[in-house]
Amino acid sequence: MTSMFDSLSARLQSVFGGLRSKGRLSEDDITLALREIRMALLEADVNYRVVKDFVAATKTKALSAEILQSLTPAQNVVAIVAQELTELLGSQPVLMQFSQRIPNVIMLVGLQGSGKTTAAAKLAYRLQKQKHRPLLVAADVWRPAAADQLETLGKEIGVPVFRGQGDDPALIARQSVQAAIDDLRDVVIIDTAGRLHIDEEMMAEARAIRAAVAPENILMVVDSMTGQDVVTVVEAFGNELDFNGVIISKLDGDARGGGALSVRAVTGKPILFVSEGEKPSSLQEFYPERMAKRILGMGDMLSLIEKAQLEAEEDLAAGEAERLARAELNFDDFITINRQVRKLGGIGTLLKALPGGESALRGAQVDEGALDRMEAIINSMTQAERLKPALLNGSRRARIAAGAGVPTQAVNQLVKQYEQTKKMLKHLGIEAEQTRSRKNRRGKKARRRTSRHPTLPGLGSLGRGDMKKLEDMLANQ
Amino acid sequence: MAWRDRLSDGLARTRQRLGEQLNLLLERGPDVSEAFWEQLEEGLIAADFGAQAATLVVERLRDQATRQALPDAAAVRALLAQTIADMFASGNLDPLVQNPSCALFVGINGSGKTTTVGKIAKAGVDVGRRVLLGGADTYRAAANQQLDIWAQRADVPIIQRERGTDPASVAYETLQAAERSGADLVLIDTAGRLHTSDELMRELTKVVGVTRKRAAAMGLPVFTLLVIDANTGQNGLAQAREFNERLDVDGVIITKLDGTAKGGIAVALSHQLNLPVIRVGIGEQIDDLQPFVALDFARALLSAPATAKASVPRLNNQEMPGDLHV
Repeated sequence: MTSMFDSLSARLQSVFGGLRSKGRLSEDDITLALREIRMALLEADVNYRVVKDFVAATKTKALSAEILQSLTPAQNVVAIVAQELTELLGSQPVLMQFSQRIPNVIMLVGLQGSGKTTAAAKLAYRLQKQKHRPLLVAADVWRPAAADQLETLGKEIGVPVFRGQGDDPALIARQSVQAAIDDLRDVVIIDTAGRLHIDEEMMAEARAIRAAVAPENILMVVDSMTGQDVVTVVEAFGNELDFNGVIISKLDGDARGGGALSVRAVTGKPILFVSEGEKPSSLQEFYPERMAKRILGMGDMLSLIEKAQLEAEEDLAAGEAERLARAELNFDDFITINRQVRKLGGIGTLLKALPGGESALRGAQVDEGALDRMEAIINSMTQAERLKPALLNGSRRARIAAGAGVPTQAVNQLVKQYEQTKKMLKHLGIEAEQTRSRKNRRGKKARRRTSRHPTLPGLGSLGRGDMKKLEDMLANQ
Repeated sequence: MAWRDRLSDGLARTRQRLGEQLNLLLERGPDVSEAFWEQLEEGLIAADFGAQAATLVVERLRDQATRQALPDAAAVRALLAQTIADMFASGNLDPLVQNPSCALFVGINGSGKTTTVGKIAKAGVDVGRRVLLGGADTYRAAANQQLDIWAQRADVPIIQRERGTDPASVAYETLQAAERSGADLVLIDTAGRLHTSDELMRELTKVVGVTRKRAAAMGLPVFTLLVIDANTGQNGLAQAREFNERLDVDGVIITKLDGTAKGGIAVALSHQLNLPVIRVGIGEQIDDLQPFVALDFARALLSAPATAKASVPRLNNQEMPGDLHV
């Protein structure tokens, strides 16, 4: 079923396969499409009742919506659905509010294994970057070695951890606030024990902590992989503790996080952060639009399509594309590609927008500056050198390096990359050739439809793997 | 309390909801209408079966209902537990039954691997096995301490190396120590990792490979067990698929069936990946990890709350399974 995830658009495409673009979507079209949307949402673990309401509401919207000529019927439905989802998720990012009190107290709650301790450390890291002086508090007195874990994480990011004595978390919390005052810390982050929403005793414990320190923010950490029951869980936590915001954790996996939608729909509490990985820096603000697209399993594909349409004033001249396909690449092409990429928001944006690109990017650092350095080097070449890189001997390279203000190795590396890219394009050229001949067989109609999906100018046939290679090459520079 | 009762308790919430839904269905009258099937499917989806497995269960049940000309909704319902139970892949794997044996625990972060290792260690000691733990989670902060506490609770020896050590080498050394000491139940804990992390999955492939090779040299069968949190939704399928492809998993352990409403993902993944479920964790007590019996699980998932039971006598009249759970 995973493969189905990636391609809600593809599935819709096949549903609409027989249709040519029409001025309006008929009710049947929409019903058909919404059946697929329903499946996609259920596979994303959106609560089935939320799905039901959502699908009904969207249908009404879709029936009255104006359709965009530039998109296929399938894309039109997806666009409407994505927009509705975004609205449901909260439209605008919500920021965490602080009060005037020093220290401010943030309390993290959630089920066992939802990622509280990790989230606490990440939050501390984030606040520290924003010039706060956080104190982490280990108030989980139940899980073996929970305090050790927090202490280790705290050490890694250089934030002190308050452990306290005894096994009364409320007391530990209260002492930690005093400790924060003594040590001039302005934010206290309390990591509490994981608890089941139906565990009365543990809920009472959490209330006791809340009563002891009156936190400005109680954040609930919700695992993005949670299934249908997330609704019951957050409702229970909401009733018991009245938390005011949500952190969605473990979004670095391929879970589509439909729970986020359920949480928002059921409790109305804003999602403040998403947590994406092992690195301390991977706690980020929540963007409803991105989440909507993720839930639908389509990356930022739609906006990329739109962007591509908007930004590509003109496609590369046909002859030029042909030359690329034949792997006759020169340094001028490098610059053309670089400019296209930059227009679309840089290589990172581009990769993220591809389905599955988010996960391909994980862990890898994209050095956006690499492209600019590359351009600087190329700008220091003569026209002859750009068109015929074979000319680049030692002394020419030294001259170029001096001109661009980089060490000679950088020039060498660029030449090497050029060779690699050329090889890659040769490989792609063969593939593109095959695709072309397949398309031809499908006849006129099919070709017309295919052409409605603009690819990236100059990057037309690059697949995800190739993008990764390209990105690796850049990152290595 | 018998484990079946506890399982029943653990699944109470799912049952309640599913039961309510089914009762509602019954109240609609005896007609097995289109709406009946639709609501049944919804009920299954709400229990995390996923759309695909839910549709399949309903299809099979419909087919049976037609073939056997079942008279009414109550009769259909009586057949439901069996239909769900039949979805599970069967398998006779149990490292606690095999002697000697080695079990390697894998899964994503926070699924309950370390706790499971602790519980199985205790169960092993209880049946007179000579248990040795291996702490191949050399990544997570304080993983060593956590496993160490479980080792003390179960009173078993443990092999550990400092954080950052190559986990495969810890697994290797654990088996070496097992050979020396004559341990006959070796339990190796690994670091939680997301199935989407290629690098970490490669590392784990190595751990599994090294363990299998070293264990084979001492004639020790290795069970690679995937630990999955019962709260997991449909992503559980993606997890299981990836772990299975990489590591050729032998079985699944479902944890945290305590008090939450889920468990349907177990049906979906066992069926779709043909992986047997070998244990279920139904509580926080050290002996709360129990062997898995499909029909019990399905019944526990479905059986109506006490009050509703009376109105569905057919369920209770069915023969109860004997001591299937030896």
